[in-house]
Amino acid sequence: MRKTRLAAAMAAIVMGAVSFNAAAQVSGDTVKIGYITDMSGLYADIDGPGGLEAVKMAIEDHGGKVLGKPIELVSADHQNKADIAASKAREWMDQQGLDMLLGGTNSATGLAMNKVAQEKKRVYFNVGAGTARLTNEECTPYTVHYAYDTVALAKGTGSAVVKQGGKKWFFLTADYAFGHSLENDTAAVVKANGGTVVGSVRHPLSASDFSSFLLQAQASKADILGLANAGGDTINAIKAAKEFGITKTMKIAGLLMFINDVHSLGLKNTEGLLMTDSWYWDMNDDTRKFANRFFGKMKKMPSSLQAADYSAISTYLKAVEAAKTDDPEKVMAELKKMKISDFYTKSSYIRADGRNIHDMYLMQVKTPAESKKPWDYMKIVTTIPGDQAFTTVAESKCSLLKK
Amino acid sequence: MRAESSVTIKAGQAREGQGVQKKVLYGLLLLALVAAPMAGAYPVFVLKVLCFALFACAFNLLIGYTGLLSFGHAAFFGGAGYISGEAMKLWGVTPEIGLILGTAGGALIGYVVGSLAIRRQGIYFSMITLALAQMLFFICLQAPFTGGEDGLQGIPRGKLFGVLSLADDLTLYYVALVIIVAAFALIVRTVHSPFGQILKAIKENEPRAISLGYDVDRFKLTAFVLSAALSGLAGSIKALVLGFETLTDVHWSMSGSVILMTLVGGLGTLSGPIVGAFVVVALENKLGDIGAFLAAVTGIDWFNSLGESVTMVIGAIFVICVLTFRRGIMGELNALFSRKQE
Amino acid sequence: MDIFGIPLPAMLSQLLLGLVNGAFYAMLSLGLAVIFGLLNVINFAHGALFMLGAVLAWMGMEYAGLNYWVMLVLSPLVVAVLGVVIEKTMLRWIYKLDHIYGLLLTLGITLVIEGIFRSIYGVSGLPYQTPDALQGATDLGFMILPNYRAWVVLASLTVCFVTWYVIEKTKLGAYLRAGTENPKMVEAFGVNVPLMVTLTYGFGVALAAFAGVLAAPVIQISPLMGQNLIIIVFAVVVIGGMGSIMGSILTGLGLGVIEGLTKVFYPEASSTVVFFIMVIVLLLRPAGLFGREK
Repeated sequence: MRKTRLAAAMAAIVMGAVSFNAAAQVSGDTVKIGYITDMSGLYADIDGPGGLEAVKMAIEDHGGKVLGKPIELVSADHQNKADIAASKAREWMDQQGLDMLLGGTNSATGLAMNKVAQEKKRVYFNVGAGTARLTNEECTPYTVHYAYDTVALAKGTGSAVVKQGGKKWFFLTADYAFGHSLENDTAAVVKANGGTVVGSVRHPLSASDFSSFLLQAQASKADILGLANAGGDTINAIKAAKEFGITKTMKIAGLLMFINDVHSLGLKNTEGLLMTDSWYWDMNDDTRKFANRFFGKMKKMPSSLQAADYSAISTYLKAVEAAKTDDPEKVMAELKKMKISDFYTKSSYIRADGRNIHDMYLMQVKTPAESKKPWDYMKIVTTIPGDQAFTTVAESKCSLLKK
Repeated sequence: MRAESSVTIKAGQAREGQGVQKKVLYGLLLLALVAAPMAGAYPVFVLKVLCFALFACAFNLLIGYTGLLSFGHAAFFGGAGYISGEAMKLWGVTPEIGLILGTAGGALIGYVVGSLAIRRQGIYFSMITLALAQMLFFICLQAPFTGGEDGLQGIPRGKLFGVLSLADDLTLYYVALVIIVAAFALIVRTVHSPFGQILKAIKENEPRAISLGYDVDRFKLTAFVLSAALSGLAGSIKALVLGFETLTDVHWSMSGSVILMTLVGGLGTLSGPIVGAFVVVALENKLGDIGAFLAAVTGIDWFNSLGESVTMVIGAIFVICVLTFRRGIMGELNALFSRKQE
Repeated sequence: MDIFGIPLPAMLSQLLLGLVNGAFYAMLSLGLAVIFGLLNVINFAHGALFMLGAVLAWMGMEYAGLNYWVMLVLSPLVVAVLGVVIEKTMLRWIYKLDHIYGLLLTLGITLVIEGIFRSIYGVSGLPYQTPDALQGATDLGFMILPNYRAWVVLASLTVCFVTWYVIEKTKLGAYLRAGTENPKMVEAFGVNVPLMVTLTYGFGVALAAFAGVLAAPVIQISPLMGQNLIIIVFAVVVIGGMGSIMGSILTGLGLGVIEGLTKVFYPEASSTVVFFIMVIVLLLRPAGLFGREK
C-alpha cells in the first residue's frame, strides 16, 4: 500500500542515523585525536581552521605515527553551541575510540567537553577557552588547560601596566560571566599593585555603539581604559575610542586580544595599545620558522592559540611516546612530569591541576612608522614569569592541588 | 451543498483507510526507534533528535493547527531546561520531579507570554512573543544561577523514582523514549479531539468561530500553554540527557531553528516536525561527516570544507524550502500520495 | 547641576549621542519600512545587505582606489541591482503567501550572503578609515563631537526626510502606495506595477547599503555586523507601525535617545530595552504608534 512506502521512508530515515554512527567502532590500533572548536563564528579567526592546520602540522612533524601506530584526526565545528561540542565529544569517545580531545574557543563549550572527558576518562586539552574554572572549580585528572586563561591575562596586564605607571583604571566590561571575571581578576591585581579603579561600566554583548560608554570612561579621568571584552566588541570599542579622542588622554589595555584583532583594526587605530598574550610570531627564529610555514598555508600569521594548538598536540604525542602507551592515566602522569620546550614555550610544565604554567608577555602595539613588514605589529614590553601569571596553589579550589 | 455529499462520504472513507495506514506507519517508526540502539545507533544522538522532534511537534501544535506563529518558543524550551536543571542539580530532586518541574515551568512561562501575546493578531502577535522571549533571555543572562554564558553545568542523571539509575545511556534512552512517545501521543490525541477541531476552525476562519459562540481567546491560550508545556518537557529531557543547559537554548536563533524544522518537515502535518528535526539536527552535527563522505564519493575536495559552512547550508535550505518545497517534506509526500489515490 | 546624579554636561552629551544613534537607526529602518509598507514583505535580508553595502565600500577602496564619497553613491547602486535580481528571481513567488514565508526566505538569503563573506574574509573584520574631510572633532562645550558623527546625523535625516516626502507627498509615491493596495486598478491606468514593485525593493535595499557605507568607518566591517542590528531595526519598524515611514523615523530617533539614557542608568539592559518598549507599545496600540491596522 502507498502509506507503507511512507513508513518505509520513515524507518529509512531513522536507519540513516544508524549508518552515520555504525561505521567506525573502537579500534585499539590507532591513536585518535579529536579537535572541536568554532570554525565559522565569532572566534573562527583566532583558532578555527587555522588551528586545525596547526594540529595537522604537528601530527605531520611527528611522522604521522606514534609508538608505531598511525594517528587519526577528526574535527568538528561546534558553532559556539555547547550541545554540539558535548555530543560530538561523547560520540567520538563512545563510538570511535577517541584517545585525546583538543577543545577550542568558547568557555561554555570548553566546560561542557570537560565534563564529558571526565566522565569518559579521556585526555582533554583546551586551548582557547578563557575560563580559569577548567583548572580550578571544574578541574579533573584528565584536563590540561594549555594556553591562556582569564587569570593570566588579568595578572599579566594588570600588574605590568600598573608597574609602568598606569595607576587609575576605568573598565569597559562585556556584560557576561567572562567579562565580569576578567574585570574582577584584573581589578584585584591592580589594587594589589597600588593602583585604583575609578569606575566601570558594563555593556551588553555585541553592542554596536560604544560612544556613550566611552564618554563615561573619559569623564572618570582615569589613565587606563581596561577593555574587559573580546572580539567584535573590543574592536568596535577601540575604533570609537580613537574617534572620540579618548586615546589622547587614556591608554587602552586590551585585556583579551589577539593579533588578528590588531590586524583587522590596523595600526593607526591601535598604536600604543597594551595587551598580554602567551606568544607572538616574531619573537625569535623558532617562532618565525613556524609562523612562516603557517603563513604559507593560511596566508595569515598564526595567533598564539594556533601556535598553542601545535604545541599541545606535539606535547601529547611526546607524552605518549614516553609513557609507551596511550592509556589516559599513564599519559596524564607523564604529561605532569614533563618539561615542555618548543617554539611555543621555552620552558613550561603542567601542574597537578592541569594548568600549563608558562610565561606570558605584555606587548604593545607599534606605531605605523615602527612597523617594517606585514604583520609586524607588536613589541614585547616585559615578560611575566609563569609562576606569577596563573592562579596560585593557595588561591585555587582544585582538590588535585591539595595533598 | 448536496453535490458535496457524495464527495464527503468518499473522503470520509478514504480518511478512515488513511487512519489505519497511519497507525501502521507510526508503529513501524516506534519499532525502529526501539531497535535503533541495538542496530548500532548512538543513543545520545537519537535522544537529541527526539527532544528537538518533540519541541518541533509542540511548536507545530501552535502554528500548524492553531495558526499562531510564535517567534519566541526558545523561551519555553530553554527556560524549562534551566528550571529542571537547577532543580536536579541544586535541590537534588529525582529526574521525574525535575522533568515535572520543568514542564510546569514551561507552562507557566507560556501562560504569561500567551496571555499578553494573544491580545494581538498576526505579525504583532509574533513580535510580542519575540520581545518577551528576548526579555527572558536577558533575565537568564543576568541571573546568577544560570551560570551566564558558561552555562549550567553538571546536571546529574540521578535515579528515576529514587531507584532506577539513569547513568547508563541505554537505560536513559528507553526511559526518555517512553516519555517522548507519550507526549507525542498526547499531541496526536489533542489534534484529533473536539478541542483540536475547534483549533483548526480558529485557524481557518476565526471570525466564523467567534460567531459560532466559541471563546476563541481561551482556546488559543490553552493551545499556547499546552505547546509551551510540551516544549518545556523537551527542553528538560535534553538538559537531563546532555547534563548541561546553556544560553543557546533561550537565544532567538533557537526559536528560528524550530521554525525551520517545522517548515522543512511540513507545517500542519503530524509527522513533519519529526522529519524536520532530524534533518536540521543531522545537518548541524554531521555536516562535516556528510562533507567528508561526499568528498570521498565524488572526489571533489571542496566538499571537505562543507563542515565549516553550516550556516550557509541551512540558509540555502531555507531558501529552497520556501521557493519549491513549501509544504515541507511530509507535506509534499502527503500531497503526492493523495494525488496518486485519485 | 546634576540630573539624577549625573552632571548636566554629561547628560546632554549622552542625549546627543543617543540622537546620533537614533538618526542611524531611523536611516536603517527606513528601507525596511518602505519594503514592508509598500510590498508587504518582511525583509530579513536587510541586515545582510547593510553589511554588503559596507563591504562594497571597503572593496571599492581596496581594489579600485575609490574613495568614500564615490562609494556612498556606487555601493547603494550595486546593492540595488542585486536587490532587483533577488526580487525578480525569488521574492515575486511569495507575495501572495503568508508573511512567514517572506521572512524565512529573506532569512535564508541572509545566512547565505553572510556565510559567503565569512568564508572569504573571516570574522575579525576589515579596516575602514574615516574620510579626510570628516576627520577631527568639534568642541560643543559640553562634549567633543567627532565631525563624522555629525555628518551621519545630517545624511541620515536628509535621506529620511526626502524618502518620506517622495512617498507620502508626491505623485510617484501615490502611484506606489496605490499600486500595492490595488495593483489591478493601477495597472488599468497604464502604470507598470511589477516594475514599480521591483524598483521599490531595489530602492529599499539601496537605503540599507547607504546606511552600511555610513557605518563603515564607525563599526568594524564584518560579515556579522548586520545580525546585531537587524533585530533592533525590526523592533523599530514594528513599534513605529509597520508601513508608516514617519513612524519608523520618529521611533528610530526616539529609541536612540531612550537607549542612550538606558546606557547611563542601567547599561546592561540597553540592548533589551527596545523589546520592553515593543511589548508595551503593542499592547497599548495594536498597530504600533503610527500604523494602520490591516
